[in-house]
Amino acid sequence: MNWLIAILQTTLFVVLAPLLAGWIKWCKCRLQNRKAPSLLQPYRDLIKLTNKQPVVAEQASWLFIIAPYIIFSATVLAASVVPLIAVDLPTSASADVIVMVGFFAFARFFLALAGLDIGTAFGGMGSSREMTISSLAEPAMLMAIFTLTMTASTTNLSGAIAHVLNEGMILRPSFVFALFALVLVAIAETGRVPVDNPATHLELTMIHEAMILEYSGRHLALIEWASQLKLMLYGVLIANIFFPWGIAKTLTAEALGYGLLAITGKLVLLAIFLALAETLVAKMRLFRVQEYLSFAYLLGLLGMLSHIILEAAR
Amino acid sequence: MILVLAYCAVLLSFASGLLALLMNQRPVLVKLNEYRFKKFPDSYQFGRSVIEKNLKERRYPHALRRSVFVLLGLSGLFAVLAGLSVLISQDIINDQLSLGLPWLPWHVRFDGLSGFFFLIIGIAVCAVSFYGPGYVSSYKESEHPFAVLGLFTGLFVAGMLLVLLADDAFFFMIAWELMSVASYFLVAFQHENPANRHAAFLYLLMAEVGALAIILGFGVLASFSDGFTFDALRESGLSVTWASIAFVLALLGFGMKAGIVPVHVWLPEAHPVAPSHISALMSGVMLKVALYGLIRFCFDLLGDVHWQWGVVLLILGTFSALGGILYAMMQPNLKRLLAYSSVENIGIIFMVLGLSMIFMANGHPQLAALGFLAAMFHAFNHALFKNLLFLGAGIIQHQTHELNIDLMGGLIKKMPQTSKLFLVGCMSISSLPLFNGFVSEWLAFQTALQVDVLDNGVLRSLIPVSAAALALTAALAAACFVKVFGLIFLGQSRSRHSEKAHEVRDKGMLAGPALLAGLCFFIGIFPGIIIHLINNVSGQLLGQTLPNDTALGWLWLAPVSAEQASYSAPLVLMGALIAGSVCYWFLRRNPLTVMRRAETWDCGFGGLTPRMQYSSSAFTMPIRRIFSKVWIIDEQINKEMQGALDQDVAAVHYQLHIQDHSWPRLYQPIARGVSSLAKQVGRIQTGNIRTYLGYSFVTLIVLLWVIS
Repeated sequence: MNWLIAILQTTLFVVLAPLLAGWIKWCKCRLQNRKAPSLLQPYRDLIKLTNKQPVVAEQASWLFIIAPYIIFSATVLAASVVPLIAVDLPTSASADVIVMVGFFAFARFFLALAGLDIGTAFGGMGSSREMTISSLAEPAMLMAIFTLTMTASTTNLSGAIAHVLNEGMILRPSFVFALFALVLVAIAETGRVPVDNPATHLELTMIHEAMILEYSGRHLALIEWASQLKLMLYGVLIANIFFPWGIAKTLTAEALGYGLLAITGKLVLLAIFLALAETLVAKMRLFRVQEYLSFAYLLGLLGMLSHIILEAAR
Repeated sequence: MILVLAYCAVLLSFASGLLALLMNQRPVLVKLNEYRFKKFPDSYQFGRSVIEKNLKERRYPHALRRSVFVLLGLSGLFAVLAGLSVLISQDIINDQLSLGLPWLPWHVRFDGLSGFFFLIIGIAVCAVSFYGPGYVSSYKESEHPFAVLGLFTGLFVAGMLLVLLADDAFFFMIAWELMSVASYFLVAFQHENPANRHAAFLYLLMAEVGALAIILGFGVLASFSDGFTFDALRESGLSVTWASIAFVLALLGFGMKAGIVPVHVWLPEAHPVAPSHISALMSGVMLKVALYGLIRFCFDLLGDVHWQWGVVLLILGTFSALGGILYAMMQPNLKRLLAYSSVENIGIIFMVLGLSMIFMANGHPQLAALGFLAAMFHAFNHALFKNLLFLGAGIIQHQTHELNIDLMGGLIKKMPQTSKLFLVGCMSISSLPLFNGFVSEWLAFQTALQVDVLDNGVLRSLIPVSAAALALTAALAAACFVKVFGLIFLGQSRSRHSEKAHEVRDKGMLAGPALLAGLCFFIGIFPGIIIHLINNVSGQLLGQTLPNDTALGWLWLAPVSAEQASYSAPLVLMGALIAGSVCYWFLRRNPLTVMRRAETWDCGFGGLTPRMQYSSSAFTMPIRRIFSKVWIIDEQINKEMQGALDQDVAAVHYQLHIQDHSWPRLYQPIARGVSSLAKQVGRIQTGNIRTYLGYSFVTLIVLLWVIS
């Protein structure tokens, strides 16, 4: 039963991710006084891309061709360990939160290699920037998550969330720091404004788009889908770690339905915040990103320290 | 019986060294063979064809090289067997060899700790012996005699094995020096190049200074005990001050060999200049022997560890890890880069070992065992993947005659096998899940996360900071090895050499790395095997094992407790396979949309050239800019102008020199101090015999006065 729920949750993740992306786009459009595309537009794009014939550069090696599959699978695996509508996931035990960060690293490793594979300046530029940003963002994320795992004294993600849930609503200073750190990291890692702009192909600023410039057809679909999945994953992480209320503790149909409703509501709200922030904030220069990320890193560290110094029982 | 295996390993490596000396003795062997024919015509038929065939002039060097490496490989095999059997049986075997001085027999002890390092050396030596014959065949016999290389390789391996067997300070130092000096000759093997001689001298100098510190460390212990055997040293019962002095000396000595920042400078100089299979052994294995020495000294001989020592190790390790990877990133020379990355990995090991000490001293032996496990596991993993990467670098150098990664590119199509093996190495060292590097990193994080149990406020805030540094190190390592793999194997060829490169023909040169790559993956999926072995070591050494290592069954890794943390690589692998095959199958169904190849998009301008690709310094430019204080950067851009009013740029010359801070800050002052001291001493050397006689006379008088 547990495994069934785990598979169901993962499927929900994969299926709902484009919808979330569509919703963010919709909100942004409305905020910017534009006419919004349908919420289902990301699905249509994905279907269109999968039905197209992919064109691969002559220079590309086998690595370029298998990279999308690896990236997508690694992201799905990362999604499978994050509790979406119910805690007590069996998959969280086989791969804890450090492994989840490892899956992201795995996907990124191959994405960056794929960027370098064609041998164009754009690909190299994207890979270089992506690895720079992620090498600052990944530790910040680990710090934020370690605050949670030390509070719950487990690195098992569903165990940790269950722990926070059982403790009830307590205002922990460490969690405030960790929340801000994780939000900053999430924005950087999913390539949103102000770090990267998913909507442009401007060579001076692009990061993620520069790496995947050579992809087309189903390969591109997989990568796009993976990045939508990643966006949703970060959203769920923020929502369920810091505001876990509503997630199903028991596996009854009622509780699960309630959990689905809760996470939908939380994600809808988060997406509105994201769209609002993207509308209000301008993209920053590439070499300002380090300050932004070291701030996130510092916040994560502060969160961890304030947990150890202020909160942990001796 | 187990000890016999260990002795066999040592003797076989000696034998392989001695056999290599026969390289230039073919005439003697031919004569010997003829003599045998005259004396014993009956037995002559035995093996005649084989011997005669291999004694022919054309075949002889090839056959001898192969047999030398076969002996070396057998030595490695015996080392693995000895290590495994002592680890599984959990015996401690003592022995005495009546070698050396008559009243000082060599004491031998073979226990779990030695056995584990025997295992590491054995695996590495096996891989190298597959690889060696193909690699050394490219050396010209007149310039780089194989006799020298083979002899010192054998002595080097034997020295490392003997260090692990030693049970008294004398024997330990003899074996240690054998290892250091033999490896000096290996570093100086291609001595026609002045840079290599310089590197070798630097290495020898630091090795000897380190050895001096170790001797002093043993001396401190020995002066409080009766005798030089380790048993006597264990009983010395030092006061905290003396124990700390001994610890600092040992840390200096072993740290110099292990390559901890700031005494790491010999490493990036010496490793690139040695032949690749030797740099693989030096980086993968010899650094581990230094680690063994430190563990033996601190955990075993000194007895009670103090948490302050742990803090020292933790801080040094943190700096080494971060510094190592940041310096590694800026190196365009592949082997130099790998050497700096060894500094990083040794730093990680020191960090976790420091955590282990801290937990030990604060009365949490279980967590100490966890830290020890993480450190030993990382040592094992580093030996595997660093060996793999150095051997891969050797193949690349062999095929392209190039070590500068800015002049490579596109090798994935020209060297498909090598590229796959190298990719496994890169993925392991970047600690990606499913590979072995990840498991030890995971264990290290789990150890650091247990900081809650400590009472000391300083430690409680220090350890999270170092965990943060560890996370940063891991992420930077991934960036570094994306650069390495991407620039060497992907993209278009940046030079003629790499354009013309092709896969190595010698199967052995691929078999060695393949063995290591297979182990990297296998250990990544089934880490329980090695963890079980290390548990036996920590049971002997710390008196504490991890109780829960098999709490959830053999598929699982749950070092602390099943509730706190668990990782099951086989299940993850299964999930990955399912996810991968589902999306592949789902997308491959439609035959109408098979891939089409087309020209690379060139923005409509046409003429993409390899020079338009990102180079190594371009790739690391953002990181260089962010962490600019870490290096001494000398960047020069000169533009040549032309045309009316000098407004058009004709050519741009870009120069970049990046230097380690430790040279101007630490070593050059020392070097200046030594030379000015030498000048002062030089003043009393007048070169006049009468003055010297006067000195002797005065010395004699003073000495007479002192004794009377």
